[in-house]
Amino acid sequence: MTFSHGDAVRVASRPHDGHHRTPSYLKGKLGIVERVHESFPNPETRAYAEDGLPPQRRLYLIRFDQHAVWVDYDGPSGDGLLADVFEHWLEMPA
Amino acid sequence: MSHDHHDHDHSHDPVTTSGEPPVATRVRALEELLVEKNILQRDEILQRIDWLASRRPGDGARLVARAWVDDSFRERLLEDARQAALELGLDPGPSPVVVALENTDTVHHMVVCTLCSCYPKALLGPPPAWYKSLPYRSRAVSDPRGVLREFGLTLEENVELRVVDSTADIRYLVVPRRPSGTDSLDEEALAALVTRDSMIGVSQPLADA
Amino acid sequence: MGRAVHDRGGWPTDEPIDRAEHDLADWEMLMDAIVGTLGRHGVMNADELRRAIEGMPADEYEAASYYERWLHATETILAEKGVLLPGELDERVAS
Repeated sequence: MTFSHGDAVRVASRPHDGHHRTPSYLKGKLGIVERVHESFPNPETRAYAEDGLPPQRRLYLIRFDQHAVWVDYDGPSGDGLLADVFEHWLEMPA
Repeated sequence: MSHDHHDHDHSHDPVTTSGEPPVATRVRALEELLVEKNILQRDEILQRIDWLASRRPGDGARLVARAWVDDSFRERLLEDARQAALELGLDPGPSPVVVALENTDTVHHMVVCTLCSCYPKALLGPPPAWYKSLPYRSRAVSDPRGVLREFGLTLEENVELRVVDSTADIRYLVVPRRPSGTDSLDEEALAALVTRDSMIGVSQPLADA
Repeated sequence: MGRAVHDRGGWPTDEPIDRAEHDLADWEMLMDAIVGTLGRHGVMNADELRRAIEGMPADEYEAASYYERWLHATETILAEKGVLLPGELDERVAS
């Protein structure tokens, strides 16, 4: 899937055995695309003696409201958390 | 979930007669083997050590100071920090993308790598031990205002705190706000105010003395 | 779904952040340089290093220092690739 700045997305919450760079605290969370980065080799295959290609995977900087990430977040409602998430870990919100 | 042991950034192993812990012997033996097998050359290892030893936060500080005095450079820095570093003759490091995050009077950025220790070390030098520590990696995302208070920084409620978790190959550098009362300072004097910690986002730059 | 030991964001902890500065020891600089040079030669990339660190038993991961994890991971990957033979490094250390 391809996303644009401002799109609402959900981080997939599927289980994944082995190396991947989507932190568990973000799985299943709703965010907004803050930046569209370029594409990179896939770390999930690159970690196992493959070159992570093809294809390269698009990387996105996603912004989350802290209060949407943590049930007990102690801070103002405007606080945000941003993380780089690969396209194959992002879904349209249901 | 296992207990959170006292986090070791540095080894507490008993020191050998050489003054180094046992792990040091093992690393040196590894190097020896790799050189013997012709996997690596000793001189390229030494070059790499020299490069690491020469990395300083002063490089990042120069980027910030230039952005403070030159508005079009500031725009170029925010557009592509890697290219902006090259423009000043600095080494941006091996990461293909470096992003500068600008603090304003309503937004403050703070950087962490919860999964390991990703850090713009070409521009800032090696990361501090606390940046790589388990409690920082844990709390920087879930309790960032608490972490900032530990570092002596209390942000106002109307300032949006944006924590950036460096989960991929992008390296992030914070551009702190220029301290007030610094209009008369030249670029070099301004760069001296820009601390490593202010470019991670856990504190503000130094105020002019 | 269990959480892997390296996946620390939001991990419950009461441990204070130790803000003391620690210069890197010579052996740590050497370990960093070995990994960087192996990377430059295409022998081991950063994701392989991370994968091997993440595969450490949880108690070992938490007890190890930062560069001890790098050493563990480097040995794992090099052994996997047949660059290091079984027991070879132990032998060299003992000699």
